[in-house]
Amino acid sequence: MLKQSIVVAALVAAAWTAPAEARDQIRIVGSSTVYPFATAVAEQFGKTTSFKTPVVESTGSGGGLKLFCAGVGIEHPDIANASRRIKKSEVEQCKKNGVTDVVEVRVGYDGIVVANSKASAQMKISRQQLFLALAKDVPAGEGKLQPNPYKMWSDVDPSLPKIKIEVLGPPPTSGTRDAFAELAMEGGCKKIKWIAALKKSDKKKYKAVCHSVREDGAYVEAGENDVLIVRKLEANPDAFGIFGFSFLDQNADKIQGALVDGVAPEFEKISSGEYPVSRSLQFYVKKAHVGSVPGIKEYLAEFTSEKAWGPEGYLADKGLIPMSDEERKKWGSEANGLVVNVNEKMM
Amino acid sequence: MSEVVQVGTPSAAGRPVAVRDTKALVAKSLKRRYAAERRFRLYGVAAIAFAGFCVAVLFVTIFSNGYTAFWQTNIRLDVTLYPQDIDPQGDRSPKALSTANYQKLIKQAFGDLFPDVQNRREKRKLFDMISPGATFVIRDMVLKDPGLIGKRVQISVPLSDDIDQFAKGFIKAETPESERRVKDAQIDWFQRLKDRDLVVTEFNSTFFTAGDSREPELAGILGAIMGSVFTMIVTLAISFPLAVGASIYLEEFAPKNKWTQLIEVNINNLAAVPSIVFGLLGLAVFLNFFNLPRSAPLVGGMVLALMTLPTIIIAARAALKAVPPSIREAALGMGASPVQVVFHHVLPLSMPGILTGTIIGMAQALGETAPLLMIGMVAFIVDIPGSPVDPATVMPVQIYLWSDSPERAFVERTSAAIMVLLCFLIVMNALAVVLRKKFERRW
Repeated sequence: MLKQSIVVAALVAAAWTAPAEARDQIRIVGSSTVYPFATAVAEQFGKTTSFKTPVVESTGSGGGLKLFCAGVGIEHPDIANASRRIKKSEVEQCKKNGVTDVVEVRVGYDGIVVANSKASAQMKISRQQLFLALAKDVPAGEGKLQPNPYKMWSDVDPSLPKIKIEVLGPPPTSGTRDAFAELAMEGGCKKIKWIAALKKSDKKKYKAVCHSVREDGAYVEAGENDVLIVRKLEANPDAFGIFGFSFLDQNADKIQGALVDGVAPEFEKISSGEYPVSRSLQFYVKKAHVGSVPGIKEYLAEFTSEKAWGPEGYLADKGLIPMSDEERKKWGSEANGLVVNVNEKMM
Repeated sequence: MSEVVQVGTPSAAGRPVAVRDTKALVAKSLKRRYAAERRFRLYGVAAIAFAGFCVAVLFVTIFSNGYTAFWQTNIRLDVTLYPQDIDPQGDRSPKALSTANYQKLIKQAFGDLFPDVQNRREKRKLFDMISPGATFVIRDMVLKDPGLIGKRVQISVPLSDDIDQFAKGFIKAETPESERRVKDAQIDWFQRLKDRDLVVTEFNSTFFTAGDSREPELAGILGAIMGSVFTMIVTLAISFPLAVGASIYLEEFAPKNKWTQLIEVNINNLAAVPSIVFGLLGLAVFLNFFNLPRSAPLVGGMVLALMTLPTIIIAARAALKAVPPSIREAALGMGASPVQVVFHHVLPLSMPGILTGTIIGMAQALGETAPLLMIGMVAFIVDIPGSPVDPATVMPVQIYLWSDSPERAFVERTSAAIMVLLCFLIVMNALAVVLRKKFERRW
């Protein structure tokens, strides 16, 4: 037992001295949606340069930005990945903790798809129908709301199939859910005139109406694991699932994406912005760490190189939807020039 | 036994008293009692059979999903190491050797096998069939032995995960081309490679010697195993002495008063606290206050030690309590001091129980992921950790991360990693049995 105590003491002593040394490894936190792309770049970067492979944590966009904004210094991460843009409150939090010079780098797009098993017919749905099928409260005449009464898709609109509404999707902690609520639900919600008018008069209520997802069992929170959703869709041909495009891309032999507002979730259509439910993916770099942590500039160069984020690059192979040539040029030059482009005014 | 007895008492209503033959009565109830006994045994057998069935289903599913991950479809490639490509300066400097364009060599060698493929798009499809890891195989060979430059070597490099999945039958040629990741042309090329006997299925040693990777064919579990080992060492080193010390004091020396009672209640409560709470505690205390490094097995081990402490303390106290008082009294009677009584007699005798508790606690800690999320061990880490302060992840976290990866080939690797984790658990439990047998004493 004495021996063990010595080991413990030695370990603690070793740990005590460790943080005092400089860090020689980039630390990245953030979104689980950007994780597959950031890790692919990190691995490539580690193998082709003399720097160590960066450590990439999957914490979710919000959790990552919180860690990122906690301060400047080697105990804080250098880069935060996010599947949504940084919020005003987060910029303020950053500023309060001394993180002032932040570089935003957009890397590409991700489409959110509504998919079902290949065993059943492909769905054609509008965002308004999606909102009506999945909202907690739906409009019942001018200015009135009622709890969602729709049980079948055909109740929402006779053109939709006569099957029970059953949608598997991410939980509220997920960035995918945020983006889905904002792009698909709100997108459909504001097509109803009196709700759109609410946006000006009562913004809080507008958000509550448009973003609340029903809780009566028709929408099933399936956890953050998208692979699981794909498996469940295979087993149940009547169910639909909501997840990122890369999962549809990798499982195109088993599942198919629904046409939203008449546009199929295809690579080119998401890239061009034609597909309505798509969002940008980005990461944030702490400029103060460039120089004290080796390799950040080179990591940016790797991420923004054509062989990574270009239309033929290895990230496209992983399911990232690349930006247009002009956008890549703009974001690439800002990233490599370390142009501070995050401030409170951008919101 | 044939005499007639009165059974039952006169009822309040004064109805005639029932008089029965005991033998008949016993015979009658006996049948019922036997039936009840048989039923109960049947329930027991059914329960065990059901449990066994579930375990069998679990194991069969994991095994049938995962055994294919231990094999990898490779290609034998003859690569000429042209000196002008690797080392144009001719000075054999390590920097030139490590940054040379080995990809070109691989592409050349692989392209030579298909002289008819000239179109740029087609070529891209062709080179997609080879894992990007092939480049590093060549690089490592050259770095190890620069004398190879200028020679022609035969190497065995992995094919890409999609081709591997096709070869294993998980991607079927019958599905329409637009829906599968392996294109018709690639299937055709793969067939040609097979006809020329260049495709080999080899044991997937990468899986046991590499760290994590985004390319399934290059991903391995060693990084996570090392992370788990370091974490467990730290957990054991902290929790075992602390828990044994605490339980000896509480059981053998502490006065029985309100304070010790309070401590006891708290220990029992701690055993039921959800593990994520320990993670939050670790984040607040170890990382934010003591500034220990993030993602380090040291911190992971410390957090898990807190989690396993109550489990070991409860088991150890039960084991100490089970040592008969006569042993203590006899030792005291022979003139041993209380400390001698404990360390010479009581502790050795209670060791089997304490060790069982420790191993159960450690096995729990080995499978834990939730508290590690908070301290940054749920992360993509390629480098294999060499010490408890290097960034690392652990086996269950690796399983979780792989299970959430879109690439099809990670499905089998997830199951394979579960098998490795199960092996570890079985070894630990076997160790518990052996230790218990070794120390066990009867009185």
